[in-house]
Amino acid sequence: MEILVAASVGAMVACGVYLILRARTFPVVIGLTLISFGVNIFLFATGRLHTNLPAIITPEQTLYADPLPQALVLTAIVIGFAMIAFVVVLALRANGDLHTDHVDGQPDDGRQKGGS
Amino acid sequence: MNHLVAAPLLLPLLIGAWLVLGVDRPMAQLRALSLAGCLALTLITGVLLFQSITGPVQVYVLGNWSPPFGIVLVLDRLSAMMVFMTALLGFFSLVYAVHGTDLAGKNFHALFQFQLLGINGAFLTGDIFNLFVFFEIMLLASYGLMLHGGGGPRIRAGMHYALLNLVGSSIFLVGVGILYSLLGTLNMADLSVRIIQAPEDSAALIRAGGLVLFAVFALKAALLPVYFWLPAAYGSTSAPVAALFAVMTKVGVYVIFRVFFLIFGDHGGAGANLLAPWLLPAALFTLAAGAAGVLSARDLRRITACLVIVSVGTLLAVAGTFEQDTIAAAIVYLPHTTFMTGGMFLVADMIAQQRPDAGGKLVPDQPVQQQTLLGLLFMGTAVAIAGLPPLSGFFAKMMMLMHVQDSAGSVWIWTFILFSGFFGLIALGRAGSIIFWKTLPVKHADPIKDAGTQPDRLPVFGPVYVLPAAALLVISPLLVIFGQPMAQFADTVAAQLVEPVLYIEAVLGHERAALLFAQTGGL
Repeated sequence: MEILVAASVGAMVACGVYLILRARTFPVVIGLTLISFGVNIFLFATGRLHTNLPAIITPEQTLYADPLPQALVLTAIVIGFAMIAFVVVLALRANGDLHTDHVDGQPDDGRQKGGS
Repeated sequence: MNHLVAAPLLLPLLIGAWLVLGVDRPMAQLRALSLAGCLALTLITGVLLFQSITGPVQVYVLGNWSPPFGIVLVLDRLSAMMVFMTALLGFFSLVYAVHGTDLAGKNFHALFQFQLLGINGAFLTGDIFNLFVFFEIMLLASYGLMLHGGGGPRIRAGMHYALLNLVGSSIFLVGVGILYSLLGTLNMADLSVRIIQAPEDSAALIRAGGLVLFAVFALKAALLPVYFWLPAAYGSTSAPVAALFAVMTKVGVYVIFRVFFLIFGDHGGAGANLLAPWLLPAALFTLAAGAAGVLSARDLRRITACLVIVSVGTLLAVAGTFEQDTIAAAIVYLPHTTFMTGGMFLVADMIAQQRPDAGGKLVPDQPVQQQTLLGLLFMGTAVAIAGLPPLSGFFAKMMMLMHVQDSAGSVWIWTFILFSGFFGLIALGRAGSIIFWKTLPVKHADPIKDAGTQPDRLPVFGPVYVLPAAALLVISPLLVIFGQPMAQFADTVAAQLVEPVLYIEAVLGHERAALLFAQTGGL
């Protein structure tokens, strides 16, 4: 399970990093989403990976699933979601105002994309 | 438990929430409420500052969940000073903003209050994940404020700012996750105790986690490899927002101080002195890059934005020696530079408004309407920023240079600080001479050609409009007049920062802190 989780975190972050280095806002937003997914799973795994364990310690139950990372991940998901939503709106606004979806706000090689 | 400690968070939160709900009410009401909130915040934080000077480190345990399990707010001298500075700068920025900036969009005042909430939260929290949450509140509000009013350059710069900070937030979570998985706590005071007991084989990961956090804080503070967002972002947003943002880079500086003295300080076991090889070079290169930016900028606002980078570089270069007396000097410099760069943004905006063709660009234009007033304001602020006597910049820089004398790398610090000050002086002098002396003849309205058209009327500023910039400037001589108490206060701040036993004792109680006493050899 460790290898599977580690590999998926790695793959998602790698794809995300590749995508945020693109010049268009849409792939960048997708890349940010992937990175935040990867980070969320990483954060989840900081409580160690267990299956079928309660989140409470009892005298007979010494192994338990750490509940704190789950709470952290929940917070991180909510915040990350809000941020992504904001960036989507910002990207749309930039496209409307600057008439390009280039992240620098300048159409490359002289072409204007979108409306005039 | 002193409930006043939570007030710097609750007050802007409640007022901001009310402002969101009451967004359709008359603007006069929103302004009055927002201003009253900022004034009250200034008074409250003033009281807190006084309490922190005279009293011990105060801990506010949210929901009475005793630390290290719950979230705590901690008010020590440094955080009290920072929240007071934020409130004061926020109040003056807001006084400036009610002259029209807030009309450009609907939710300016609500965003402004949430911005204050986020900044105050970042200063007061004693929990590293909570720090992340307050960072996000601060950033979300700052995206809104930065883009307030819209327009091409603002959106272009805002896009970079938002994307960079989103990546930064993800990296922050990675750093927090690494530290939590190894040390099993998020409370900063508890982290600093647990890191001593950490097993040897986790040392490398702990150090990696700490440096990941440093990368994020460096992004917030605008240190060298990650400062490129700042000139465009601060240079293109509206003036009062830029003035308030002058304190946002200091949030980065503050958390670097907090985390790397408290957790990764001298006593930090596996992570001891983590930042020692990194901070000074990064800060010096930042200083050089900022100075080059100051010289090459062609716009007064951009010059000021680059001066913010210079000030961050100066602060962290001096703090990079990690000695108590140099940090005390940096703490004297901190309010000075925050208020002066904030004031410069306002002065630059007033100047730009009175120049019909050039605006803030450094090309000759007709003289500004209120030559004497704006000229004096500009000169005063420039003198303070460049570090000439008799204003506070000179004394703060002199203190810093004197105190770094004996530490390693002092040659470099001297060279970089003196040259960057010199470059700042050249750039500001050049800007002033172009704006105020190298003027074009005044164009008079041509009665035949302009018949029927209204000539563009440039604003003439009344005393209330000028008040914020003037008040911020007045802080500079006050810092000089009260230099002795200020220096003593800075000494005690630095003492609390370098020897964090009092902080840890306040949060965790005597027993846990005793571990540190044993480590550091008592008080």
